[in-house]
Amino acid sequence: MTEPRDKGNWADHVEHFASEGLPEGARSDTVAGRRLMSPLQGFGQMWQKTYRIPVPGHTPEEVISTWKAEYGRFWPTYNKFYAPIAGIKPGEIGLIKGASGPVRLSTGVMVLYADDVSFTYMTPEGHPFAGWITFSADEEDGVTHAQVLALLRANDPVYELGFMFGGNRQEDRMWQHTLRSLAEYLGAPGEATTTKIKVDRKRQWRRFGNIRHNSAIRTMFRRSKSGG
Amino acid sequence: MDTATNSFGTRSAAPEVTIIDIVGEITAASEAVLKDAHSRTEGSRIVVLNFSGLDYMNSSGIGLLVTMLIRAKRNSQTLRACGLSDHYRQILSLTRLDEAIAVFESEEAAVAA
Repeated sequence: MTEPRDKGNWADHVEHFASEGLPEGARSDTVAGRRLMSPLQGFGQMWQKTYRIPVPGHTPEEVISTWKAEYGRFWPTYNKFYAPIAGIKPGEIGLIKGASGPVRLSTGVMVLYADDVSFTYMTPEGHPFAGWITFSADEEDGVTHAQVLALLRANDPVYELGFMFGGNRQEDRMWQHTLRSLAEYLGAPGEATTTKIKVDRKRQWRRFGNIRHNSAIRTMFRRSKSGG
Repeated sequence: MDTATNSFGTRSAAPEVTIIDIVGEITAASEAVLKDAHSRTEGSRIVVLNFSGLDYMNSSGIGLLVTMLIRAKRNSQTLRACGLSDHYRQILSLTRLDEAIAVFESEEAAVAA
């Protein structure tokens, strides 16, 4: 039997985020040992959000190579990404110090899939979202476009409330900023387009208990305990 | 740019059970093809995805399976899977799709369950 062509592009099978070999500089206790979450295990309504920007003059491979190498550089300053030690490769973990509304939180992502024209992150328990975010580049009418596609649900009722009251727009701004910064870095300044589809209106009440892993709440308690 | 398989065949395996034969690739370019195949399962209570002809799937492809699963739930359908190689079985487990799509060793088992 021949080996599948995508074999090297997927992370090896794991159920939990690794506890070792994590990037330094950010707290990892809200990530290490946590289960991976797909959009099916989250609480809130399921969204598919697509952000795109043209990047003329570059091939999709060039765009993704730059994006992987300089990933954190394109984020807004209120969030910080601690890149995986071995780079954006399947199975590697990146850590995040960020904001969910007014609340600071520490969380992370695992590289689920990576090839020459795309890479995908999967989130852990406690992250604001359960799901996947795919960064890709492709050609449309002869022009290369960079794209962020998120398929996700808010992980628990607290995040869902936050998502309804500002979090949704904040996420849009975050990825629009990322795409603008990437395009500008590649010498092609422009504006990103946004398309949002509500894939599933239903909230999954049986996932209410996800709240016990909420990283924002845990980060807040830790800060108040340490007086920080 | 991704290339897509032109169509995925569908066939009836039992009353209210339809099989979709996945052949070739599942990528972002497969969205219309997968939607079209699913639309041909109308009236079936159970839809079996036969992956024995699958030879490439990326993360966009997994996303399409999630949106198909939501559509199936809306139509009161149950999704089942068969014909998965060890590699794709592991991907369904890694992405936790196997918690919502029951995986079977054979087509017969998937239809009879």
